[in-house]
Amino acid sequence: MAILINRNTKLITVGLTGKQGTFHTLQSRDYGTNVVGGVTPGKGGTVHEGIPVFNTVFEAMSETGANAAMIFVPPPYAADSILECVEAGMPLIICITEGIPVLDMIRVKGALKGSKSRLIGPNCPGVITPGECKIGIMPGHIHMPGNVGVISRSGTLTYEAVYQLTQREIGQSTCVGIGGDPVNGTNFIDCLEMFEKDPETKAVIMIGEIGGTAETDAARWIKANMTKPVVSFIAGAAAPKGKRMGHAGAIISGADDSAEAKFKILQECGVTIARSPAELGQKIAEVLKK
Amino acid sequence: MNVHEYQAKDLMRQFNIAVLKGGVADTPAEAVEVAKKLDGKVWVVKAQIHAGGRGKGGGVKLAKSLEEVEKYAKEILGMQLITHQTGPEGKKVLKVLVEQGCDIDHEYYCGIVLDRTVGKLAFMVSMEGGMEIEKVAHDTPEKIIKAHIDPASGFTPAIGRKLGYALGLKGETLNKAIKFFEGLYNLYTQKDCSIAEINPLVTTKTGDVIALDGKLNFDDNALFRHPEIEALRDITEESAQELEAGKFGLSYISLDGNIGCLVNGAGLAMGTLDILKLYGGTPANFLDVGGGATKETVQKAFSIILQDKNVKAILVNIFGGIMKCDIIANGVVDAAREMGLKIPLVVRLEGTNVALGKKILAESGLKITPANDLADAAQKAVAAAKGA
Repeated sequence: MAILINRNTKLITVGLTGKQGTFHTLQSRDYGTNVVGGVTPGKGGTVHEGIPVFNTVFEAMSETGANAAMIFVPPPYAADSILECVEAGMPLIICITEGIPVLDMIRVKGALKGSKSRLIGPNCPGVITPGECKIGIMPGHIHMPGNVGVISRSGTLTYEAVYQLTQREIGQSTCVGIGGDPVNGTNFIDCLEMFEKDPETKAVIMIGEIGGTAETDAARWIKANMTKPVVSFIAGAAAPKGKRMGHAGAIISGADDSAEAKFKILQECGVTIARSPAELGQKIAEVLKK
Repeated sequence: MNVHEYQAKDLMRQFNIAVLKGGVADTPAEAVEVAKKLDGKVWVVKAQIHAGGRGKGGGVKLAKSLEEVEKYAKEILGMQLITHQTGPEGKKVLKVLVEQGCDIDHEYYCGIVLDRTVGKLAFMVSMEGGMEIEKVAHDTPEKIIKAHIDPASGFTPAIGRKLGYALGLKGETLNKAIKFFEGLYNLYTQKDCSIAEINPLVTTKTGDVIALDGKLNFDDNALFRHPEIEALRDITEESAQELEAGKFGLSYISLDGNIGCLVNGAGLAMGTLDILKLYGGTPANFLDVGGGATKETVQKAFSIILQDKNVKAILVNIFGGIMKCDIIANGVVDAAREMGLKIPLVVRLEGTNVALGKKILAESGLKITPANDLADAAQKAVAAAKGA
């Protein structure tokens, strides 16, 4: 089971032949991911590191039956690649690229509505179902198969949490990096819903950050819908208040989006909070014993 | 990226958004020359810094004669202007904008910003113009009227009418307001803004709709396609260290503590500051070396951290994903050697090639305190900074 990806996932990499695309695709293949192809316009028909290359996502999907795409395209062209995947009907798109303009992502978000595709990211480490399939840039060896779902806005904090779990021999069902950008394809609630339905997942770690209302929205959803325990850390309690030029960023929600405010609402909604990022493993061990 | 009000207004003119006539000046004499060219008997002299709240801080003055223009320009130019957005040290004023006055009938608020919850732009207006709009949003959210804009259809006349009627406008003024809103939307989307805010937006006794103030922020990730916006950058408004760090792909923010931090990933960097505080330490900086750091960028990061004389200890916390621990270890060793590092250095490495990274540190012969995990690293760094 697990969520999003498993041993039946067939992956193509968009931007395969670039340095990063090549390195991380090979790392994913070494981990056991079934890599069936890559896309680089102009290099269709060639074979790169034993992987067939196609000119378009449509062609790659038709030829290989791929059901997931990992995007390693530079920021100015990444939104175009996501839209190409959406147009081709790719079920799962995982965009690693950092630095995509917000207005590009607003257009992508619009195109995703009513489409057959789910987007994870951008600006994320990817998704891993330990022991089965790794799509992304996370170090595979720190993971182990098990029953804890992990959702995070931050890449390296996800590794930190996973490492603590594995040190305690607590395995993970699936770890999802939803990305740190203001407009992304999949949010905390989408992942919580999937973990709630997944019989293999017994508990969830949710790692958030200051800014926005994604964590507080998730807290309210958890209170109303979630039967499994959730442990959460919010990064940024010690971050300085930014010297902002306008007010419009904060007034859209009218809400307090500090770490303190988020911890408070999470706690009120029955989430176990970890004040220190070093406590995540211990807190999960505690909730699993209950 | 931020720009000054006078630059924002130049851009607004390009999109047929009505602003008052005016010009920018570096000296009181220039301010008088600008005022002479403008019609009318009153002028407004406005400090140009990248922060709001200038009026309250004494950076905006109404002059009723050319002598007053000169007097106020003299007062404002060179002053250290402190507002709620500048921090306690304030910002030095190097330019003033001199504008003609206008006969205000009513003041409104109007702004465009991303609404993250729906992934769309939100256009907002309020009758409560000129006020602190954050307070309005918090105390009386019903006084802010929002319209979400679908990226496929863009700005439509109906959105303009919704906003204009919400402000109680009618007739020719309503039509002017709708054109104004459309111009602002076009500016936002064509120039990749991240905030566009007009506070106050005013109607005049003669029925015109004018932007009395204008704040524009731009999406840094989109500057590659807007060299004309990049050219408006005022580096005197930015921290020299932060600029220097940016050139090497490092994200650095100076703080007031004594533990220098070098971390990969923004989330882990924030988490590292949090845990240092939990153990009673005070971070000297936020520094994210990013995912693609090389030996050179690590060295650069060290030199930036060490420029801060308050730093009593350094904590390196790396969880390698893209980043390989051996690269970091080599960078750390080289930097520590070349700079003759005198203060304690605590290093925590985990992730890709960790064994190799730890070996490089151990065999360097340098006095480096290794840490086993995040909590251990934070405790050791806090103790080191306290001289324990």
